[in-house]
Amino acid sequence: MATLAAVIASTHHPFYYKASTAPPEERPPFADEWVAKITAFRETLTRARPDVLVMVGSDHFHQLWLDNMPQFLVGKAPFYDANWYNEEREFGLPRMLLRGHEELSSHILRGGLDEGFDLAFSNELRIDHSITCPIITLRPEADLPIVPIYTNIFAPPLPRPGRFVELGHAIRRLIDTWPSDLRVAVIGTGHLSLELGGPRQFGPHGPDPEFDRKAVEWIASGDIERALAEVTLDSLWTPGNATHGFMDFMLMMGVAGEGAKADYADSLDLFHTMEAYFTWYPNGVPA
Amino acid sequence: MSKYLLNKFLFTVDRDPDLVERYRAAPHETVAWWESTIANEILNCHGGEASTWLSFSPGEREALTSHDYVRLFELGAHPFLTLTLFIAMFERDYEEPLAFQKEYAARLSHFSLPYPDIAT
Repeated sequence: MATLAAVIASTHHPFYYKASTAPPEERPPFADEWVAKITAFRETLTRARPDVLVMVGSDHFHQLWLDNMPQFLVGKAPFYDANWYNEEREFGLPRMLLRGHEELSSHILRGGLDEGFDLAFSNELRIDHSITCPIITLRPEADLPIVPIYTNIFAPPLPRPGRFVELGHAIRRLIDTWPSDLRVAVIGTGHLSLELGGPRQFGPHGPDPEFDRKAVEWIASGDIERALAEVTLDSLWTPGNATHGFMDFMLMMGVAGEGAKADYADSLDLFHTMEAYFTWYPNGVPA
Repeated sequence: MSKYLLNKFLFTVDRDPDLVERYRAAPHETVAWWESTIANEILNCHGGEASTWLSFSPGEREALTSHDYVRLFELGAHPFLTLTLFIAMFERDYEEPLAFQKEYAARLSHFSLPYPDIAT
């Protein structure tokens, strides 16, 4: 069977690419610390020696639109073009091309449907910064095949937090039972407290540092029970109007498992939103 | 009231560099043109098949033609779509980094939770 080599959960900050590649005179003051943290985080994936990456993210109204909106969608294509004109415009993100892993996509689609998740699929998916940001931070060579999984954290009505956790559990089971010799890493990105297009946006910190503190603790300690007790679709509006992206972190907690303490946890308090980085090694810390 | 159609306007303009500039420079003309040509297009559907029933209310049209992002927020337009497009149009007019985004937040400061419903 396949080996789940690493489970990684992270924020996806679209400004990292620009902050880390700008010429010295244009680099923001926090760039050096940010790059150091990302470099250390990247090492946690590198040492797991993955062969294929399952990438959990959320389309930001790029390809998926309100006339036909899936709740959970799995990409099944040989290639994925990546990043969009408005991400190039606003964040300076580069155009990318990633290889797909159709066999694992098929396995997750078939198995997910059989487990009770009516997954949508796409045979031609252009992915956005929710997936390319972690490629840029964690695997900038962009040399591994991927299976993209999109969740709807953006366009109500949304699935409940518990459903994200359950999908995480299902993804875990499906990778553990995939008849393959490959080493799989699951990487998912979401948000801590975040406000976009509202009165609390672009403050000196994330809009709700207290939520962020609790959320980081839930994730690092694998406390799914506490997270589910405190987080509902309604409650997530309070820390910030884009905080439903936290449900992608909950999905990743589901992949890691109840009570699974992160083997690596780090965070960085930035303007606008807090960065947070977690890695689990379900089959032991690699040598 | 059609939050969906407001969002469709923001979505289709934001993804087209020429339309972003056109909406910035000539909002009345652009909104009128869009409503008469694009509003009823089913995106990702081949030409010739279109909807027949979509139009803005007077208040929605006015919010779009006056570039009034505060009113769009109040009407329940998706805040991510509004923010992204308005950054593309107006960030360039401000010297300090993030100055437009901060002014945008300040102009919305009279809203408290719960914010206007964005469900479509």
